Amino acid sequence: MHVRDLAGEAFAGMLACPVRTALTTLGTVLGITTLVVTLGVAATAGNQIVGRFDELTATSVTVDVPEHDPPLVAWDAVEQVTRLRGVTSAVALAESEAAANVAVRANRLVDPTRAAGRTLTVLAATSGLPETVRGRMVQGRFFDQGHVDRGERVVVLGEQAARMLGVTRIDRAPAVFIGEQPYTVIGVLGEPRRERALAAAVMVPSSLGPRFGLRHVTRVLVATGLGAAELIARQAPAALSPGNEHLLLVGSPATPARARDAVAGDVEALFLVLGLVSLVVGAVGIANVTLVTVMERTAEIGLRRALGAARRHIAAQFLLESTLVGLTGGVIGAALGVVAIVAVSAVQRWTPVLDVRLALAAPGAGAAVGLLAGLYPALRAARMEPVDALR
Amino acid sequence: MSEPVIELVGIGRDFSADPPVRALADVSLRVGRADYVAVIGPSGSGKSTLLNVLGLLDRPSAGSYRLDGVETTTLGDGARTRLRGRRIGFVFQAFHLLDHRSVAENVMLAEVYGRRPRRGRRERAHAALERVGLGHRAVFPPDRLSGGERQRAAIARALLGEPSLLLCDEPTGNLDSRNTEAVLDLFDELRDQGLTIVVITHEAEVSERAARRVRIIDGVLAEV
Repeated sequence: MHVRDLAGEAFAGMLACPVRTALTTLGTVLGITTLVVTLGVAATAGNQIVGRFDELTATSVTVDVPEHDPPLVAWDAVEQVTRLRGVTSAVALAESEAAANVAVRANRLVDPTRAAGRTLTVLAATSGLPETVRGRMVQGRFFDQGHVDRGERVVVLGEQAARMLGVTRIDRAPAVFIGEQPYTVIGVLGEPRRERALAAAVMVPSSLGPRFGLRHVTRVLVATGLGAAELIARQAPAALSPGNEHLLLVGSPATPARARDAVAGDVEALFLVLGLVSLVVGAVGIANVTLVTVMERTAEIGLRRALGAARRHIAAQFLLESTLVGLTGGVIGAALGVVAIVAVSAVQRWTPVLDVRLALAAPGAGAAVGLLAGLYPALRAARMEPVDALR
Repeated sequence: MSEPVIELVGIGRDFSADPPVRALADVSLRVGRADYVAVIGPSGSGKSTLLNVLGLLDRPSAGSYRLDGVETTTLGDGARTRLRGRRIGFVFQAFHLLDHRSVAENVMLAEVYGRRPRRGRRERAHAALERVGLGHRAVFPPDRLSGGERQRAAIARALLGEPSLLLCDEPTGNLDSRNTEAVLDLFDELRDQGLTIVVITHEAEVSERAARRVRIIDGVLAEV
């Protein structure tokens, strides 16, 4: 039997009942469309998120310093980090659970009409804090190395903490009482873009830290130039604590590649399953209809056998018919999927990202579905005895 | 004397049932070239079984069947299929034309499984249609044809492979008397052109036109 004859017979068989064939194709169309849209939109959306990747997080490196004896990072080690090329500023912080709830009052008067006392977080810091967390001093100034060296009893309040304590102006050098001790407020830090919790904190120079149990550095924040974060994340531990760098925990911003994977992974998983399910449904549909077709065309099979068709000719024809149905579904599905991706991108003002291999593989997947679905019906057709078929 | 087209010797065909059914019992038949044989008999007599055996659609349980001198009972499935496609043209009571294909395409179907080249197939199909007087109906779909025309189209399909044997199973069973007449006239013509024809029928009108009649009753064949 000539291949072109086989193809001709399969095409004719497929087109003999166009409406039924179209309906049969539907399942595969849905499955392939879902798959193409899922993979395509995920790739497109992933690309968008990466494109908008936040400049702030891309320039932030955080080094967590675990408790250790002797302490892993000395207060002055921050200067070593600041010297690294690509670092714009760095700050060492000391925080503790105990210091997270400290009673702070604006005065020692007991005023029943006002709630003067507040429970606030106290933390010790080095002088580079405002630049590193990208905060602005709304009043006064931040403490500097001089305050630290002299051990001066000064504090800087976060903007929110200042409001809670009723500290509105600092030109008269107001004091706050932490415990029983008064401290001079020298500045108020506006809401920082990084470490937003600082807005409700009381910051003291590192030299005052031991008073609140904040002896050792627990965290180092580093601000880097754009693109330097990954490099700094690798270098900072060695600069902070030579020899113990492996004990420090570095949190660097997600690299663009990782962000893309994470986003794509989330979106895809669900819809991939959906697509595969509808593909299976499509396959079952094709198998079902092909089986019905085989039964309906019993006489035709008998005739073909009488005309000299071998069993393999019959099997090949039905197999090819179901494969063509699957292929048609795949082609239509791939086309619809591509259109959907472009439409979604147009509405969202995204740049559509389309893997050409995906568009090419989709019809192949459809054909494979049709081929698998046709195996059993084709076998049934081939097994038919011509005598029974012609009866 | 030239070799017979059909030579059946002691053919038997049993069907396993309870009790076993003997559809054909010791059937011997010799059909020469350009013979026109009618097989008659009541329904259930074994006519169809004989046709299936003759058409290589069924294997006899016993005996020998030589078609054009080739012993067929020992052939494998594939070889029997090829022999069937090349040597035998079938004409069925139900025509078995494919509705969604034109008359010419239906006729061309006879060559799809053979070895003849694709080139010239349409011309050969038209020639076969001319031979049965349907040249003007080539592009029609079968359902636009009368019953007699459909059967003639089916005969044209059977003729396309230039078979040595035309095997007809109740060829006029679905036709009125006028169309029956036309088909029988066509058989006469074909026989005159040298074709061997075996017609299985229960209609006297059909069998009377045949030069030779054999009757089958309860699986036993006898000359009339």
